[in-house]
Amino acid sequence: MPSARLALADGSVFEGRAVGASGHAGGEVVFNTSMTGYQEMLTDPSYAGQLLTLTYPMIGNYGVDTAVEESEKIQPSGLIVREVAPTASHLNSTNDLGTFLSDRGVIAIEGVDTRAITRRIRSQGVMLGVITTESVEDALAQVRSLPGYDDIDWASQVTTEKQYGWGSFAKNSNLLPAVEPIANKAVSTLKEGPRSKASESHKKVVLIDGGVKRNIMRSLTARECDITVLPIDATAEQVLALRPDGIVWSPGPGDPQVQNVQVEETKKLIGKVPILGICLGHQVIARALGAGTFKLPFGHRGGNHPVRDERTGSVTITAQNHGYAVDPIGLDASAEVSHVNLNDGTVEGITMRDEPVMTIQFHSEASPGPLDSMSTFDHFVEMMATAGVK
Amino acid sequence: MTKPESVLIIGSGAIVIGQAAEFDYAGTQACKAVREEGVRSILVNSNPATIMTDLDIADAVYIEPLTVPVIERIIARERPEGLLPTLGGQTGLNLAVELANAGILEKYNVKLLGTPLESIRRAEDRELFNNLLADLGEPVLDSEPCESLEECEAAANRIGLPVVIRPAYTLGGTGGGIAHTSEELRAIATNGLSASPITQVLIERYLGGWKEVEYEVMRDGAGNCVTICNMENLDPMGVHTGDSIVVAPSQTLTDKDYQMLRSAALRIIDELGIEGGCNIQFSMAPRKDVRSWEGDSSKPLPYYVIEVNPRVSRSSALASKATGYPIARVAAKIACGKTLDQIPNAVTERTTAAFEPALDYCVVKIPRWPFDKFALGDRGLGTQMKATGEVMAIERTFEGALNKAVRSLEFGRRTLLWEDPSWNDAPGINLSATDTRLWALMAVLRRNVPIEEIATETGIDPWFLERLHRIVEVERRLLSETLDGELLLVAKQMGFTDEMVGQLADRLPEHVRELRQQLGMRPVYKMVDTCAAEFDAATPYFYSTYEQENEATPEPGVSTIVLGSGPIRIGQGIEFDYASVHAAWALQDAGRRAILVNSNPETVSTDFDTSDRLYFEPLDEEAVRNILENETGETGETPTSIVQFGGQTAVNLAEPLWRSGQAIIGSSAEAIDTAEDRELFEEFLQNLGIPQPPGAAVRTLEEGLKTAQAIGYPVLIRPSYVLGGRAMEIVQNAGELVGFLAQAAEAAEGRPILIDKYLEGREVEVDAICDGEKVLIPGIMEHIERAGVHSGDSMAVYPPVHLEDDEKETICRHTEQIVLGMGAIGLTNIQYVVLPREASGEPRVYVLEVNPRASRTVPFISKVTGVPMVQLAVRAMCGESLESQGYEEGLWPEGDLVAVKAPVFSMSKLAEVDTYLGPEMKSTGEVMGIDNAYEPALAKALAASDLALEPGTPVLLSLSDRTKAEALPLVHALHEAGCDLYATEGTGTMLEALDIPSTFVTKVLSGTHPNVVDVIADGTVSCVLNTPEGQLTGSLRDGFHIRRAAAEKRIPCFTSIDTARAAIETMRGTVTPTVARLDEYVNK
Repeated sequence: MPSARLALADGSVFEGRAVGASGHAGGEVVFNTSMTGYQEMLTDPSYAGQLLTLTYPMIGNYGVDTAVEESEKIQPSGLIVREVAPTASHLNSTNDLGTFLSDRGVIAIEGVDTRAITRRIRSQGVMLGVITTESVEDALAQVRSLPGYDDIDWASQVTTEKQYGWGSFAKNSNLLPAVEPIANKAVSTLKEGPRSKASESHKKVVLIDGGVKRNIMRSLTARECDITVLPIDATAEQVLALRPDGIVWSPGPGDPQVQNVQVEETKKLIGKVPILGICLGHQVIARALGAGTFKLPFGHRGGNHPVRDERTGSVTITAQNHGYAVDPIGLDASAEVSHVNLNDGTVEGITMRDEPVMTIQFHSEASPGPLDSMSTFDHFVEMMATAGVK
Repeated sequence: MTKPESVLIIGSGAIVIGQAAEFDYAGTQACKAVREEGVRSILVNSNPATIMTDLDIADAVYIEPLTVPVIERIIARERPEGLLPTLGGQTGLNLAVELANAGILEKYNVKLLGTPLESIRRAEDRELFNNLLADLGEPVLDSEPCESLEECEAAANRIGLPVVIRPAYTLGGTGGGIAHTSEELRAIATNGLSASPITQVLIERYLGGWKEVEYEVMRDGAGNCVTICNMENLDPMGVHTGDSIVVAPSQTLTDKDYQMLRSAALRIIDELGIEGGCNIQFSMAPRKDVRSWEGDSSKPLPYYVIEVNPRVSRSSALASKATGYPIARVAAKIACGKTLDQIPNAVTERTTAAFEPALDYCVVKIPRWPFDKFALGDRGLGTQMKATGEVMAIERTFEGALNKAVRSLEFGRRTLLWEDPSWNDAPGINLSATDTRLWALMAVLRRNVPIEEIATETGIDPWFLERLHRIVEVERRLLSETLDGELLLVAKQMGFTDEMVGQLADRLPEHVRELRQQLGMRPVYKMVDTCAAEFDAATPYFYSTYEQENEATPEPGVSTIVLGSGPIRIGQGIEFDYASVHAAWALQDAGRRAILVNSNPETVSTDFDTSDRLYFEPLDEEAVRNILENETGETGETPTSIVQFGGQTAVNLAEPLWRSGQAIIGSSAEAIDTAEDRELFEEFLQNLGIPQPPGAAVRTLEEGLKTAQAIGYPVLIRPSYVLGGRAMEIVQNAGELVGFLAQAAEAAEGRPILIDKYLEGREVEVDAICDGEKVLIPGIMEHIERAGVHSGDSMAVYPPVHLEDDEKETICRHTEQIVLGMGAIGLTNIQYVVLPREASGEPRVYVLEVNPRASRTVPFISKVTGVPMVQLAVRAMCGESLESQGYEEGLWPEGDLVAVKAPVFSMSKLAEVDTYLGPEMKSTGEVMGIDNAYEPALAKALAASDLALEPGTPVLLSLSDRTKAEALPLVHALHEAGCDLYATEGTGTMLEALDIPSTFVTKVLSGTHPNVVDVIADGTVSCVLNTPEGQLTGSLRDGFHIRRAAAEKRIPCFTSIDTARAAIETMRGTVTPTVARLDEYVNK
C-alpha cells in the first residue's frame, strides 16, 4: 500500500499508509471518540474543512450502507485512522470502507498512532494539518499555506443552494431509513407515554440549513412535520413568508462569529414563531440573545458527553460535534441557560422564559450517538402545538 | 434518598464455576466506597481467601456460613439500617430475597438498598420479565415457564425443538442446556428443575447462530442512566457468555444497531427501576448468508432480549477492567443515595461518573476451562458454564488482543499456533463449541476452508473469521519470506510473540528479540483512561502495543514488580490474588513503588488503584522482560521482581528472569530450584538429616518401574513443576503405573516425573516467613483427610487437634532447618506427613513437599492468627528483619479459636468428571468455619460447604473392602441417628452381618430398578458415602455413576472416610455455633 503522512502545524509528522484517493488534503485536525458511526460522521456537514481523526482504532468493521448517510457527500476534507478494516461484515453492508473511500475520492491515512495525535490535540488544541501521499516537505509547506479555519464561512459552503421540501413533500424519498421506528423509542419518550398526542395535524417547519443532518429531518418527519429547507442566507421575511408553525435552526460547521448577518435575521424571528436551535443554530440564537461565543481548545466530538438539564437536574448522555461554545455573559435576561456540560461546565442549551425558543448545543438527532435526547423533537412539536393554540 | 447509617454487604461465598473472584473485586470496591460515604460497613462472607474479608476493608467482618439463620443473627446483633444485596453475585441476591421472604428484613427494619426487591423479582422471574418486555414493546422470545417435566414437554411441543432450558435463580446457567431431541429435553429438564431453588425452568426458542451482545448499564435513584460498555461474543448464541470468547466494544454492530440495543437496555433498567449496575444480554440477527432467519413483519426489530442480571456480575467485572470505569464502586455509592453526577470519576479526577467510557483499543476475554485437569470430562460448551476463570487482553486491534489473551491462558506454552495432533485434514476437524474451538478455527483456515463455509457451520460472524485469517496470512509470510523489519512489525502488531515468530521464521526466540532490539522495535504502553485520551487521566493502568508514543515512562523512586497469578484455575485460585494485592500494599508501606502485572479481569489486583502502576499483560517471559525494560529509567536502574505471590505462574518466571539477568527479591532462583528439583532436594534433605518418603525422579518408563519396585507399592507419582497436583496419582501396582506414567509425562512437558513411596498418615502443612536469619511459623494446619488427598481438596484445621507437642516441635525444627538451609527469603510452604509412633516413641515426621512461595493457605492463616504474613514477607525481602518488624522467631502462639477450612467443588457443572478425592486437586474454592471450639467450627465449615448432615438423613453406602472396617463406627452412628440406610451388594452384606437394617440397591445400571442412580435421582437418599475401589481413573472407575449422580443431584457425596467421619460426628453435635466478628475470635 502506498505510504502517506500527516503533517501538523506544530511541525510534527506521522508516517502511515494511504487509503482512498491519492494527493493531499488540508484542514483543521479534530478527533471524535465515538466507537461507531464512521459513515454518519463522514457525511456530517459540520466536519467541512476538517481532518477527522477517529480515536477508535478499527474503522470499517461493518462496511458501508448509503441508507445511513447524513448528507449527499463526504464532508471532512480527510480521514485519519489507526486501521481501515480490510473486510466488512454486516447484514446491510454494500461495500468495504476502503473501496468506498476510493470511490468517493476521499483522502485518508491509516497506520498512524491516532492516540498520540489525539493527545497532541488535547494538550495543544486543534491545529491545522495536511494528509499527503507526497513528500513531507511539501506537506509541511502546505500546512503553512493553509488559510485559518476560523476565518472561513464554512456553513455557507455546505448549505443547500436552493429551497427544497422534505417529509410529506418528499414522499418518494428513498432516503427514509428503515431504522427510524427505533429512534422513536428513545428512552424519555416512553417515560412520557406515546408521543403522538401533541401532533394532531401536520406541522409546517422551516429549517434554516447551515449544514443539516438528514436525521434531523427524519426525526421531524416521523413526528408528522412537513419541512421546507432554506439556504443559510434566507432572510427573516423569506422564512416568515412560508407561514411556518416552527423554525429549526440547523447545526453546521465553522465559527459562529462569521454569521453576523444571520444573527441579525434571527433576532427578527425570535418571538414570532417557535424556534429550535441545534449546535450552530444554538450558537447563532445565543448570539441573537446577546451572548458571545468562543473557541474550545479541542472541541466536543463524541457520543458520550453528559449534559445536565439545570431545571430538573437530570443527566443525559448526548452526541456532540462542535468546536465553539456559547459564553453566557451578556445573555439577555429573557433567556436562561437550560443545559450544562458536566465535563467542562460549558453551556449546552438555552431557553427563553416567555417565548417558545429552545436551543441545544448537542445533537438530539444522534446519528451517530445515543438517542436519549430524541425527546427534544417531541418538546419542539409540543411547543408548536401550544403556540398554535395561543 | 437519605444516606443510611450502616449497611450489611453479603459476599458470594466460595469460588465456584459461575461465581468466581469477580465478587471479591466487587465486594471490596463496595466496602471501600460505602466507607468513603461515612457509612458503617458490615460484611459477611464464608470465603477467607478474599481481600474483602480483611479486617481493614469493612468496619465489621464476619466470616460465617452464608445461611439465612446465620445472617439473621448478624442482623440481630449489628442492626444495620440497610442491606446491599447486589454485589455478592447470585448467592447474595438469593439470600436477600430469602431474608425478605422470611420476614427478617421487616422484623429488624432493614431497608434493601439499591435495586428494589420487586425489580429483582421482575428481572429474575421469567414470566414477570416477559410481561415487562411486552409492556415496553420489546421483542419477546417465545418461551414458557414450567414447573414439571410434563409442562416442559408440552411447551417444547408448542415452541418446537430445539429449545433452550433455563433454570430459574441459578448461577452460571447451572442445570440448563439446549435440547435437540425429546430425550435430551427430558434429561436436561429433569436436571434443570432440580437445580432451580424454586423448581422452575424456562423452555425457550433456541436462536442458534444469532449474535450475542451484552450491555453493562448503570442507573441512579434519580433515574439517570448510562451505558458502561457493550460486548460482543465471538461464539454465537448457544454458548454461555461465561464460556464465550468476548470482545469489547462490539465490532460488527453499526451505530444504528449499537444505539438500538443501548436504548432498549436503558428502557429496561429504567422500567425495572434498577439502582446500581445491571447486565442485559441481547441476541441480534446474524447475516442472512450465515443463518437464515424469518423476517416476521410484525416484529421489525432484529433482536431479542435474552436475560437481565439486576446486579453486579462477572460481565460487569470484565466491563470495569475493559473500560476503567469502577462499576461496583459506583453501584455502592448509588445505593448510598448518590446520583451519578455527584460521584467523581476516579479515572480522570475532574469529570463525574455520569458519562460513558470511550474505548480506543480492543479487549478480548477468553475463558479458562479446567479440561487440562479433567481430560475425561465433557468438553462441549453450551448454556451451562464450565470455565473456572478468564483472561483479558487489551490491544489496539482484535488480532493483537486475541494473541495476547491466548498467551495469558497459560496452557503450557500453547499459542495460537497450537494444533491438536489428531487434526490432519480439514474435514476431520471438529468445529463444534468446545474449549479448543478457537484453535480448530485457525487449523481449518490454515487448510484453506472458505470463511463462508466456516461461518455457516458455526454461526460465527465472518468478521471474526476474516480477522483470524489475517493472522494465518502473516503466519504464511513468516514461513516463506525473509524476516525484515516491516514483516516483523506487522507480526508484532498482530500479537505474535518472539517465540512464535522464531518458530515460523526458523530462528531462536532470543534471536528474534535481538533483531527487535537492533531495529529499536519495542512495545509502547498506552493508558486505559475511560475517555480515549480526550482528558488527561490519572489512571496508572497500561497495556502494550507496537506503536509510536509511550505513555508509561519510568517514575522516580525504587520500584518493585509483583508478578500476579493469571486466570483462576483449579489449583491456583483467588488466594494468590490475595497475596499479590497484599504484596503491592506492603511494598507501598515500605516506601517503594509497587508495579503489578496480571491478566485476570476478575481480581482486586487488576483494580487500577491497588498498585502504583498496573500492566494488564500476559505473565510470560516476553511480556515481563519488556515491562522491566520499559521501567528502566535513564539512570539504568531496573526494578526488582517478586515471584513468590503469584502462584506457580510467577514462580515459573523466576528461572527465565534470572537467566536474563534480572534481579529477583526474596528466595533466589537457586533456592526455588532446590525445592523443585527432585535430586537437589533429596540431597539437601539428606544433608539436613530430615526424612522424606523414599523415591526418585524418573524420565523413562523403565526407570519408573525400577524405582517403584525398589520402594514398594503403593507409590505416588506426579510431574515436577506443576500446580494443583495435576496428573498426580496413587498407584497400587505396575500395571497402573505404566498408564499413569504416560499421562504424567505429557503434563510434565519434558521435565522429570517424581515417584515416591505413598505414606498413609496424618498430613500437616505450615507456612513459614524467613528474613534470612530468623524463621517465623504463623501456624500449623492439620488435614482432616489422610495423606493422599490433595492439600487443596482437604479439610484442614488450625490449630492442629491431634498433634502432640513433640510432633509440633519436630515440625517447627524441620521447617526452620529447611527454610534457612535453602536460603529462602519471604514465604515458604511445607507439607509433612506424620506417621503413627513406633516402639521408640519418637515423632515420625516426613517431608512431602516444599513450595518456595506463598501458598493457598496464606489468607486463611493470616486471618486466623492475625499475623500479616505477606506484609512481613515483603518487608523481609526488602531487607527488614522480622525483629525490626516486631516479630520473634518460632511458632506463633496459638489462639483460643479453632478454624476449619473446607474445599468447595463445582462438580455439578462438569459433566463426566469423576468427583472422588485424590491426589489431583479438583476443588474450585474454599470456605472457613471459625469458632471457639473444634466441633462448632467444623459444623460451620460443613454448613458453608454444603456438606452438613441432619440426623435422619437417608444415606446410600457403597464402601470398598479396604475401608469397610474403618467405616463400621460411622455406620453405627448413622443408624443411631435415625438415618435410613441404602447399600450396594458388598456393603449390604456387611450390614446384614451386623444386624443393621438396610435396603439393598444394585450397582448394575442395566438390570433391575431401582438402582444406585435411581435412588439418588429420585431423592430417596440425600447423602452418599462411597469409597472407591482399585483403579480410579481407568476404564473401571468404580462407583463413577454413583458419584456423578450425587454431583448432579447436588447432595453431599463423601469419598473419604475421614471427611465422612467429620460430618457424621458433627451431626450428633449439640453445641450451637457462635456468631461473631472475625476480630472477636482472633483478639479474644
